[in-house]
Amino acid sequence: MKEQNIKLTFKDFKSDQEIRWCPGCGDHAILNSIQRALAELGIAREKYAFISGIGCSSRLPYYMNTYGFHGIHGRAAVIATGTKVANPDLSVWEITGDGDALAIGGNHFIHLIRRNIDINLILFNNEIYGLTKGQYSPTSRKGTTTKTSPFGTIETPFHPGVLVIGAQGKFFARTVDNNIKLSTDVFVEAGKHEGTSVVEVLQNCVIYNDKVYAEITDKEVKEERQIILKHGEPMIFGKSNDKGLILDGLKLKVVKIGEKGVKEKDILVHKANENNPGIHTMLANMRWPNYPVAFGVIRNVTAPTYDVAMAGQIQKVQNSSKIKKMDDLLRSGNTWEV
Amino acid sequence: MNKKPEVIELEAVVIRFSGDSGDGMQLTGTLFSNTSALIGNDFSTFPDYPSEIRAPQGTVGGVSGFQVHIGHNKVFTPGDFADVLVAMNPAALKANAQWMKPGGIIILDNDNFDEKWIKKAGYFEDPIIEEKLDRFNVIKAPITTLTKEAIKDLGLDLKSVLRSKNMFALGMVYWLYNRPLNFTEQFIESKFQKRPVIIEANKKVLKAGYNFAETIESMKPTYIVSPAPIRKGTYRNINGNEATAWGLIAAAEKAGLNLFVGSYPITPATGILEELSLRKDLGVKSFQAEDEIAGICTAIGASFAGLLGVTTTSGPGLALKSEALGLAVMTELPLVVVDVQRGGPSTGLPTKTEQSDLMQALYGRSGESPVVIIAASTPSNCFDYAFQAAKIAIEHMTPVLLMTDGFLANGSQPWRIPTMNEYPEIKTRMVPKDTIDYQPYARDPETLVRRWAIPGMKGMEHRVGGLEKDFLKGSVSHDPINHQKMVKVREDKVNRVVNVIPDLEVMGDSQGDLLVVGWGGTFGYLKTAVQELQEEGEKISLAHFNYIRPLPGNAKEIFSGFKRIIVCELNLGQFANYLRIKCQEFKYEQYNKVQGLPFTVVELKEEFIKLLGA
Repeated sequence: MKEQNIKLTFKDFKSDQEIRWCPGCGDHAILNSIQRALAELGIAREKYAFISGIGCSSRLPYYMNTYGFHGIHGRAAVIATGTKVANPDLSVWEITGDGDALAIGGNHFIHLIRRNIDINLILFNNEIYGLTKGQYSPTSRKGTTTKTSPFGTIETPFHPGVLVIGAQGKFFARTVDNNIKLSTDVFVEAGKHEGTSVVEVLQNCVIYNDKVYAEITDKEVKEERQIILKHGEPMIFGKSNDKGLILDGLKLKVVKIGEKGVKEKDILVHKANENNPGIHTMLANMRWPNYPVAFGVIRNVTAPTYDVAMAGQIQKVQNSSKIKKMDDLLRSGNTWEV
Repeated sequence: MNKKPEVIELEAVVIRFSGDSGDGMQLTGTLFSNTSALIGNDFSTFPDYPSEIRAPQGTVGGVSGFQVHIGHNKVFTPGDFADVLVAMNPAALKANAQWMKPGGIIILDNDNFDEKWIKKAGYFEDPIIEEKLDRFNVIKAPITTLTKEAIKDLGLDLKSVLRSKNMFALGMVYWLYNRPLNFTEQFIESKFQKRPVIIEANKKVLKAGYNFAETIESMKPTYIVSPAPIRKGTYRNINGNEATAWGLIAAAEKAGLNLFVGSYPITPATGILEELSLRKDLGVKSFQAEDEIAGICTAIGASFAGLLGVTTTSGPGLALKSEALGLAVMTELPLVVVDVQRGGPSTGLPTKTEQSDLMQALYGRSGESPVVIIAASTPSNCFDYAFQAAKIAIEHMTPVLLMTDGFLANGSQPWRIPTMNEYPEIKTRMVPKDTIDYQPYARDPETLVRRWAIPGMKGMEHRVGGLEKDFLKGSVSHDPINHQKMVKVREDKVNRVVNVIPDLEVMGDSQGDLLVVGWGGTFGYLKTAVQELQEEGEKISLAHFNYIRPLPGNAKEIFSGFKRIIVCELNLGQFANYLRIKCQEFKYEQYNKVQGLPFTVVELKEEFIKLLGA
């Protein structure tokens, strides 16, 4: 969806509905960031369609003063697909959560990405089922204790970024609910990217999974434990901007600039538009305490989109076919007179 | 044409081609049907094949059959019993001998009746004795040998040679019924354009079969079936799936909407998706989804965006779509769901016909979830009912379920081609552009239909979804009174569709001893059975339903004219039970068959005579 030049502010995207998320929920900040991003994108309000599944996050379309569709559990991706393919002129946003997109909707999630339909997918990842009051999700870390895993989970979680890239995804970004500036920037980038753009938002569930990301988001530690990637810039992080990432054999390695002869020019430079997914996969998969967690746009590669390809194919066939209307079709092929 | 010593004129004839599922019997039957149509006969076909693409050779389970009924008058069924059976091997004989008319002709490929194939088919020694085939005129033709002989100079490999032996059998039947070869020759020429040697082989074998039949004494007399006195016009051959696809495109064109189909391949519905995928020239957006749920949800998403959303499936797929169908009920968007019924439950009998999805269609969803249900009753009227399903979906902002079945989907018949100006207008409920203060769920007081605003329309931004809606604004409402009001209005909206559907017709007198009631794909059999009994002087009539929900407004009035009512269907009595709920004042008797097969006229007549005599 290309930008246009409509002047709107974030307030233009607020609906008259009372917001019913729990006080302190990360969703409030995400909604705020999305509204700010839309104001920046400059697309006419009536061209937005926000489509969601089921879960706390999926209530978001009600709070947007745009076209919206609150679907059924797991199916936001396919409802959104139908809408976008039907009218490629729309800016279609899918709002989903870790249960909605990766458990019940896992199949649609990978196929959406594989087809590269021009949809912006915001994945609210709180590693828990909130609306059903606290069961583990496909992203809950191994051993997580919840109502349905009273002795700890025994299954391996999905890492959404790795799943996206594995499904041949062209755009993956990560942000965190309380960083409105970063979220807004990342949503704008997602909105501009043509093709499926997945943004994982680490989101705190204040009731059922409070502080799940505290070890990487707490003020005192976040600069040491997060790396904000920017296309074209070296992968440097830390309170004193003195740490960076290098390639050590086939793996990424955290180094300190100035120690053991490491210089700033040795640090990897982020290329979000690199087609080869190798480094992007490693960046998306970095986890504390071995690595800082990567934020920002990790992968942003241009590729043909399904919706444009379909419109093009239809145009091509229409140009060459003699069948222009139903009456032509009815009389085509083998017919005989009585 | 050669001079024939004796030619007998027939009213109608039923021919069944059968062989292994790789023997080309479907094509052979289709070519015979097309030639018959081109010389002016009416026809009706019944392809009957296993669900495996190449089932084990030579076994009864792997037999593929194609039955065609051609007539000097209109024919409504593919016929109960065959006048001619072509059996390419012992298994084909075993599977079909019971479906022969006494005194009929059985053409066997004698080369395949050796010990190995006889045993494989489940015979012990001589099938001719075991099946008591002395009741028939059995023609043992060395089809394989003669096919090899006919094209031995062309240098083809054995596999290609054997592939053309179906043409030998077809040639024999053409001679027997005095049909010209030229239409089939033209077909061969165009199909194998790039392979001249295959064209030559097929044409040679076809001719060889024709000549062989002429030479042998046992193929006399021959027969003709004169052209049928059918309405003047341009005709084409059409099957139910093709007609369904075309009806949907026609409706979208009338409404000025683009058509979107989201579907997952499933037997026997796949043909609709395939046909729609071809029609990019008419702007159809076809989407092969990753599963059944994605099929319906993409269609709903497309309807939300302002297209005519369609999804096509069969029973197991309808089960998977049920939650999303409820979403379409709730969001009140136009949607057509086509259910091509097959034998169930579960995987059941994928390639066989049945009418056992009716209760699922009516009630198989969570909550009070009414949809309009329509059933087509002939292969060609799938066009009309698909058109009608889309018209109701668009004009009444509701999902409509169109029910066909495997018999209609694969069966074909000649169809007088209509022009689009014979079909009514379809008016969308799109909200006028200058509307101020659009209320998504405000309704037309007569039809209870809401207005449609689609993304891109300025000033109409709104949200829809699966949560209960406020009666007017469409925003989320958990209010108890509002919920009851909404449940009621969704029900009433569907009920009021009765005002736009035609009355039920009675075939025959409106009063009598017995009313036969049917619905959907059994029409041809019921009509033929009832008509034959009427000609014998019985006071019997037929009322056949195409509109299931709502039922036509005059159904009760028609029922009241008869002493007894019998509901005939290919299930254990689902429509009968539905009538017991909807029209409680009548007593319904039942005739049910659940064999994966259509009715036969004979069994229906026997049953009706029993009731008429009682």
